[in-house]
Amino acid sequence: MTREEIFESVRKVLEEALGVDEDEVTPEASLTGDLEAESIDFLDIVFRLEKTFGTPEKSFKIEQGELFPENLMENPEWISDSKFTEAGMAMLRQRMPHVDFSAFESDRDVNKVAELITVQSIVDFVDRKLAA
Amino acid sequence: MRWMWIDSIVEFVADKRLSAIKNVSLAEEYLHDHFPATDAVEALPVLPASLIIEGMAQTAGILVGSARQFRERVILAKISLARLDCEVFPGQTVRYDATLERIDSAGAATAGVVSRLGPISLQWEPIGRIDLMFSHLDEATAGMELPKHNFVFGKNLDVILRTAGLENLKRGS
Repeated sequence: MTREEIFESVRKVLEEALGVDEDEVTPEASLTGDLEAESIDFLDIVFRLEKTFGTPEKSFKIEQGELFPENLMENPEWISDSKFTEAGMAMLRQRMPHVDFSAFESDRDVNKVAELITVQSIVDFVDRKLAA
Repeated sequence: MRWMWIDSIVEFVADKRLSAIKNVSLAEEYLHDHFPATDAVEALPVLPASLIIEGMAQTAGILVGSARQFRERVILAKISLARLDCEVFPGQTVRYDATLERIDSAGAATAGVVSRLGPISLQWEPIGRIDLMFSHLDEATAGMELPKHNFVFGKNLDVILRTAGLENLKRGS
C-alpha cells in the first residue's frame, strides 16, 4: 500500500470518526487542535483503523496507548514546571516514533503535547505498522 | 420501571449481538406531547428519535456490559451515526439489532439497525442505523472517586434479563 493510499484511507476514517469535511483533513491538521477530536474519538479512530487496515490474513491490532500514548506525566522526572525535561522528551520520542517533535523542542509545554498528533502522524504510524 | 426504553430482549449471541424490542403504546404519556395538536395542525404522536437512540443505547449497552459480566460501568460516550428514515407510530413495535464491533479495556463500538413492525403488515421494515461508542467508566476516570455500586446496570436490568431467561449472565455463567 502506498503512502497516498494510506492517506486516503486515514482521511476517510477521520471524516467518519470526527464528522469533518474532506478538505479539513490535511496532512498538517492537528487532531485535537484543528479537527477538535476528544478522548473518546481516539478510541473510535483506533477501532476504525484496525477495521480499515486489517485483513483476514493479517490483523491490524493497535494496543492501548500505542497510537495515542497515555500516562505521559506519571514519572516526575519527565516534567519540570509544566515542561518536558530531556528525560521526558526522550520518553516521548521513544513512545511516539510516528510524531514529529522538531518544532516542539523549544516549547515542551505538557498541555500542548496532544496537538502534536497530526493526520501525518497517523499516516506514518500506519505505514510503519504495515511494514513491520 | 424507570427510564427503560426497551421492553424485552428477543435474541442474544454472547460477545456478538443482542436484539431487543419496544412496543409503542398510545397510553404512554410522552406521545401526547410529541407532537400535540395546535390550532393549525392535528396531533401527531410519534416515538421521539432521541428515545429511539436511547433504546439502541440500552440494547447495545447490555451487549457491551454482558461481554464482561456487567462488572464494568458502561456509559454511552458517542453517537457515531444516527440515521432514521421513518417515524414510529403508536401500535408499532420497534426492534433494535445491536452488533458488537470491537471491545477493549477502554470501551467498545457497536453497530445497530432499527426496524419497525406494523400491526397490519406484520413485516419487519428496517428504518435506520445507529452506531455507538461506549466507554468503560472506571478506565476513563482512573483516580476519580465514583460510587462503589454499579449504577449503570441496576435492578431494572435484572428484570429485563430475567424475563429473557438470561439472569445467569450477571453471574458470568
